[in-house]
Amino acid sequence: MRDYFHVSRIMLMHIHALDAYRFKASLVHRLDARVKLVLAVGFIVSTALTPDGAWLAYALLAGLMLSVIAAARLGVGFVLRRSLVALPFALAAVTVMFTTDGEALLTVHVFGGDLSITDAGLTRFVSVLLKSWLSVQMAVVLTAATSFPDLLRAMRSLHLPKVLVAVIGFAYRYIFVIADEVARMMRARAARSGTLSLSEDGALSGNRRSGGSVFWRARVTGGMAGSLFLRSIERSERIYDAMVARGYDGEVRVLRHPTLQLGDLLIALLFALVLALIQLLARLI
Amino acid sequence: MLASGVLPSPAPMHIPDGFLTVAIAVICWVLAAAGLGVALWRSGKTLGPRQVPLMGVLAAFIFAAQMLNFTVAGGTSGHLIGGALAAILLGPWAAVLTMTTVVSIQALVFQDGGLLVMGANILNMAIIAPLVAYGVYRGVMALAGQRRWGLFVGGFAAAWLSVVVAAVATSIQLAFSGTSLLGVALPAMAGVHVLIGIGEGLITVGALAFVAAARRDLLQPSDKPVRGLGWAAIGLAIALVVTLFAPLASEHPDGLERVAENLGFIDLAQDAPYEIIPDYALPGLSEGSPAATILAGVVGVLIVAIIGLGIAFAIARLRRRPMTREVTE
Repeated sequence: MRDYFHVSRIMLMHIHALDAYRFKASLVHRLDARVKLVLAVGFIVSTALTPDGAWLAYALLAGLMLSVIAAARLGVGFVLRRSLVALPFALAAVTVMFTTDGEALLTVHVFGGDLSITDAGLTRFVSVLLKSWLSVQMAVVLTAATSFPDLLRAMRSLHLPKVLVAVIGFAYRYIFVIADEVARMMRARAARSGTLSLSEDGALSGNRRSGGSVFWRARVTGGMAGSLFLRSIERSERIYDAMVARGYDGEVRVLRHPTLQLGDLLIALLFALVLALIQLLARLI
Repeated sequence: MLASGVLPSPAPMHIPDGFLTVAIAVICWVLAAAGLGVALWRSGKTLGPRQVPLMGVLAAFIFAAQMLNFTVAGGTSGHLIGGALAAILLGPWAAVLTMTTVVSIQALVFQDGGLLVMGANILNMAIIAPLVAYGVYRGVMALAGQRRWGLFVGGFAAAWLSVVVAAVATSIQLAFSGTSLLGVALPAMAGVHVLIGIGEGLITVGALAFVAAARRDLLQPSDKPVRGLGWAAIGLAIALVVTLFAPLASEHPDGLERVAENLGFIDLAQDAPYEIIPDYALPGLSEGSPAATILAGVVGVLIVAIIGLGIAFAIARLRRRPMTREVTE
C-alpha cells in the first residue's frame, strides 16, 4: 500500500490537497468526460497491444502523449513526476531479462556460474517499462484534467453498474472527512506516545522506536482502526438519516450529460485514427 | 504537495498498466465482473436503500485506515490493507464492494494500479482476498464455538492468508503475461507478503479486539445463509483454483532451469532429501505434463483439506462429549 501524503504534514493540516484535479483553461479540460475516459482507456489498450521492440511505435505513442500533455497545459514536469509512481513495480519484470531465450548480451558471474542478459529479454523488459510509463502518463492526464464528479458521470453514462458508481462517488466524498479523522487520531497518538522526537522541520517523526514493543504498537494501531470503524459506521447512519429526511428513496439520481458536440466527436475520431495508424505501423515494420 | 507525498509502495500489489497482456487483463476483468455482480446483488438485497451510503462511507474508512501505520524497526512501518478486516466486520459481499471501491479510487485518482489491469487488481485485492479471509475466519470460528480465541486466531489467520493468497494470484497473472517468471516471482512475492501479512494480522486483531469490547453486536451478523464450514469450503475452493493455475502459468517453464543450469543449481535442485509426491507428478501419468502437475497440486490441497476438516470434525465431536468428572461452580 502507498502512503498518499506525508504523515508528518498531516499532523499539521487538513487533507484537502487530496484532490488530483488541476484546473486549467485547456482544450483537454473542455473535452467531454466520456470522450476523455474512452480515449484514455483506448490509448492504454493500444499501448498494451503494441508488440515488444516496436520502437518506432513507442516513439510515436510518446509523441502523441507529449502533445496531449501540451494540449492539457499541465506541464511536462508535473506529469512526468506523477508518472513515476509505477516505477517500483519494474522490479517484478527484471527477471525476464535473464530468463528469455536469446543471444547473450552481457554475462555476469555469480555464485560460480553464469547469468546472462539476452537480447530478447532486454527487449521485453524495456518494452514493459515503456508501456507502463506511457499508460501511467495518460492516466495522470485523465485524472488531472477531469473533475471527479465528471468522471463519475462519464462512468455512469458508459453503463457501469449504477450502484457501484454511486458508492465510488460517496466514498470519494467521505475520504476527505475520514482521512481528517485519521490525522486527528494519529496526532493524538503522537502526543501521548511521549518519546517521539521532533525532526528538523518541526514535524513529528514516527521513525523512532517508542512506546513499548512492536506488538503493543500494532495493538494500539489496531485499536485505532477499530475505533475508526465504529465512528464510520455511526457517521454512515447519520448520513443515511439525513438523506432520508431529504427524500432519499434508495435511487441515486444524477444530472444527464450534455449531448456530445461535433468537436468532441471529431477529436475522438482523429485520436482513434492516430492510434490505429500507430498499431498498423508497429506491425508492418 | 500531493506529488511529493507519493512514496514508493512497500507492498507491490497494485499492478500498473503494461505489466499484463491484454488477454490476461480481459480475463481478469470478466472474473472480477462476475464476482462484483454477485456482490452488488447480495449486498443490495440485504442493505436496501442503505447500501450506497453505508458502502461508500465504509470504503472511505478502509481507504483512510490504510494511512494508519506503526513503526516496526529501522524506518519501516507496518500498515493495514484491510481486505480481511472488511470481510470480518461487514460480511464477504459488502467487503467485496467496499474493497472494489477502494481499488477503483486508488487507480482513478492516484494511478496506484492501472486502468486496463484494474480487473486484475480488483480480482486480487477486492475479491480473492476478502473471500479467502472470510472463509478462514468462519472456519476457525466454527472450530472455536463461542470462545474468545476464535476471534483472534481467526482474525489473524484470515488477514495473513488473504494477503499471501492475493500476492500469489498477482504473481500468477504476471507469469501468465510473460512479464516475470513464476519460479522467481512467486517465492519473491509470497516471501515479502508473508512478512507484510504479519503486520496486517496484528492490526486486524487489534481492531477486532476493540470492536469486540465496544460493540460486540457488530461482530455477530444477523443473517447466516451459509454456515461457517460452508464458507470455509468456499475459501478452500479459491485457494484450490489459485493452486491449479500455478503450473499453467509458467509460459517458458525452461527459463528458470536455464538460469539454474548456468548457475550450477540444477544438481542441487534434483536431490531433494525427501519427496511426498516425486517431482510434483503422479505415477501413471506422463511425467512433467501439465495435467500431471495439476493433479499433483489437487491431491496436495485435498490432503491438507482432509486433514484440516478431520481435525475440525474431531474437535467438534470431542466438545460434545460430556465431561466424566463434572466441575461444580
